[in-house]
Amino acid sequence: MRRLSRTAWAYIAAVVIAACVLLARGPFAKVDLFELGVLALLFLVCDSTPTPLMTRSSAWSPSSSATLASVVLLGPVGAAIVGAVSALSVRRGLHVTQRLFNGGMYALSAYAAGWTFVSLHGHVGVPGRSSFPAVIGPFAGAAAVHVIVNHGLVAGVLRLTSSGTGAGRKARPGLDLALMLSDLGYAAFGLLIAALWSVVGAFAAILVLIPLFVARWAIGQYAAQRQAYEATMAALCKAVETKDFYTRGHSERVSRGSSMLAREIGMRADRIEAITYAGMLHDVGKLGVPTKVLQKTGSLSEEEYAAIQLHPMRGLEIVREIGFLDEALAGIMHHHERIDGRGYPLGLAGDEIPEFARVIAVADAFDSMTSTRSYRGARRIDEAVAELRKWSGTQFDPALVDAFVTALQRDGWERPAPVTPPSSPADGVTAQDHDDPTAPLRIVESR
Amino acid sequence: MLLIAAAGMLAVAAIAQTAAAGLVQVGDAVAFGSLVALGELLRITLPGNRESAPIAAGGALGYALLLGIGNKPAVQSALQVIVITAGGMIVGALPHLAAGRPAKLAGMASRLIAVACVAFVFRPLAPTPLIRQHWWLALAVMALLVVLAWFVDAVFGALIRAEELRARFSVALWDELRVQLPLGTAVGASALLIAFSSEVMGLAAVWVFTGPLLVSQVAFRRYVGIRTTYLETVRALSRMTEVGGYVEAGHSRRVSRLAAAIGRELGMSETDLDELEYAALMHDIGQLALRDPIPGGATVLVSPADQRRIAELGADVIRQAGVLDQVADIVKRQSEPARGPEPSPPVASRIIKAANAFDDLVGNSADRDRASAALERLRLDIASEYDPGVVEALSKVVGRRALSRA
Repeated sequence: MRRLSRTAWAYIAAVVIAACVLLARGPFAKVDLFELGVLALLFLVCDSTPTPLMTRSSAWSPSSSATLASVVLLGPVGAAIVGAVSALSVRRGLHVTQRLFNGGMYALSAYAAGWTFVSLHGHVGVPGRSSFPAVIGPFAGAAAVHVIVNHGLVAGVLRLTSSGTGAGRKARPGLDLALMLSDLGYAAFGLLIAALWSVVGAFAAILVLIPLFVARWAIGQYAAQRQAYEATMAALCKAVETKDFYTRGHSERVSRGSSMLAREIGMRADRIEAITYAGMLHDVGKLGVPTKVLQKTGSLSEEEYAAIQLHPMRGLEIVREIGFLDEALAGIMHHHERIDGRGYPLGLAGDEIPEFARVIAVADAFDSMTSTRSYRGARRIDEAVAELRKWSGTQFDPALVDAFVTALQRDGWERPAPVTPPSSPADGVTAQDHDDPTAPLRIVESR
Repeated sequence: MLLIAAAGMLAVAAIAQTAAAGLVQVGDAVAFGSLVALGELLRITLPGNRESAPIAAGGALGYALLLGIGNKPAVQSALQVIVITAGGMIVGALPHLAAGRPAKLAGMASRLIAVACVAFVFRPLAPTPLIRQHWWLALAVMALLVVLAWFVDAVFGALIRAEELRARFSVALWDELRVQLPLGTAVGASALLIAFSSEVMGLAAVWVFTGPLLVSQVAFRRYVGIRTTYLETVRALSRMTEVGGYVEAGHSRRVSRLAAAIGRELGMSETDLDELEYAALMHDIGQLALRDPIPGGATVLVSPADQRRIAELGADVIRQAGVLDQVADIVKRQSEPARGPEPSPPVASRIIKAANAFDDLVGNSADRDRASAALERLRLDIASEYDPGVVEALSKVVGRRALSRA
């Protein structure tokens, strides 16, 4: 647990004390002990199996359905007790202060929801067939109040604790609308639990939550599989680079650069995903080019140049069977076209070149210039930007170069660590690179 | 085939009978029928190319288990349940046909029969005072029936797969039960929810409880999508070694196909088969780190030390992914002799070793003499290098292949 500022302590203490006062005041008359026990257990189960969020410190759970069910079945005080149970969560790694705050926070928001329910003339107790349309209005009010109080209190503590330490974490203290909506959705299931209580008693809770848990499990599976997929692809791309000492990490950096640029020009999310993959895979075709041609020192013969020109096609050949967007394939195939039409393999010009290919071309050249090559050290970022600008309009799409520079200023760029070349006898150095606009390939005209 | 015929006859008989008797509670029937149709329209494919229609199954089971809507008890007969389910399925399948996709009759038939089993047991019970007055008894019976439906569906699914893939029935059933468990649980719970809450909330319950199923379904679809892309990517990138001139064209894919067939012959479960396939596809990835390709790429011909080095390089590459450690281990130990001083390598490694050697010797040729010569050579090394059981399975697979070619 990080050290907390004094305001943060005061805030947490206020929340906990307010909750204790409310709980102590009662009244407990309407609280059925069996129902309370079941709902508290339900709350604990929900609260202990959260979906981890992007920020590791906070997590999100369907516990609001348990709270809202207790609002209807038990009333404000009962709901507050159920919420307070959160302090006992079996989730690991929670500090005592965190537990106390969680308990207080859930108790307060549950009490507020219960109070709203009662003030809107909602009837506390197991709803029957007759109470059906009438209960919906007060319940909706209660659910809304619960979500607002809950998120408000959490946002408050996040703001206080993160500003207090000044840690450079990218947590956004504030209200997350999507999260609020999903909590509201879970809250709606609270009414269903309450409604079923009259038919199947406590089993209502289990029945309602099974489909929800399966849905969450499926979402988790999806996320895990996707992560595995990306990691595997990156590992295989690295395998391609092991042969060439200087291009290590190139694929991953081009992938990052391409997605950075794609985001800057406002591409749709699924296209950004596709271009991330395309950037990663853009050079797999280099495997089809003999190593001695890639690392050749002198000028290339026409056949050798033709072999290099073929690498985007080879890459396409390898990745064609992956169920990508066609756009990603086009991006891989055309990433060495030039705006002036003097690129390869097809010599397309201007807008004929697919957008993906134009994006990858910029990121590709930029990474090549900012990393060490056998014939030169890595360029500084401003030098590389100047080079991009110089070739803008002939080799690169000018609009994309501008966008890339903006994105660079915003996100920054991590240059690869300088490489010390292997201590092999330097029998001449390759002063040419198929990716580097400042060191173009030299071709010997055979005729 | 038999299954489809049985389901068809059942449906026809039910329709004839109901046509004579007439539908009861038509409005509710139409609501459930359209839910089934919607579910059939939104079918998903589970891992391993299994068809599933969770919403249709949930709706149909809910209708079979229905106690009452609002205050009036549900009085539909089991045959009417079958008619409504079959009708919904047919309506839902029509758009698939119109779009040129196959109707997948086998899956529909097995779902229909599972629903029919539940309906035949529960419909006569539903109006009895015992069920109507004791909710816990109703709940227990329903839960039992839902489990039964899940089991029946899995048995049929396993029968179909065992026949299609030549897998063992027991293994296929186990795989089927495992894959269907999460969605089956959700479907069963939703069916129970629909059945019970219709009494309190009326028909609204039908639509409300379809919500979570829909969410699960979307998540599953995306999960399966990424799994497919994953496999496609590994398959595609396994060809890197071929394009780089390290191995013969098609080698990785042939080895993986052969390895999967051997694994199935040996009764491996689907999870193990998946790992085996990944490992087989990437078994030569270590060659990428070699400066110069091995002549012909045939690892069976190089020295054991080199074989081991390639295997270890490959395992290093795979281990970098951080998620495929099991696969990396299989790849790493593929070069070890089946019986050596060290503890024997996992069966997947032994399979890959044999399949790789076979393909290195035979290649793409369909020549039967060459295949049997290669098998002979592997048999000679049974004592130390190759696992006798694996070689036996390999020869069975090869023999079957020759038969199907002839």
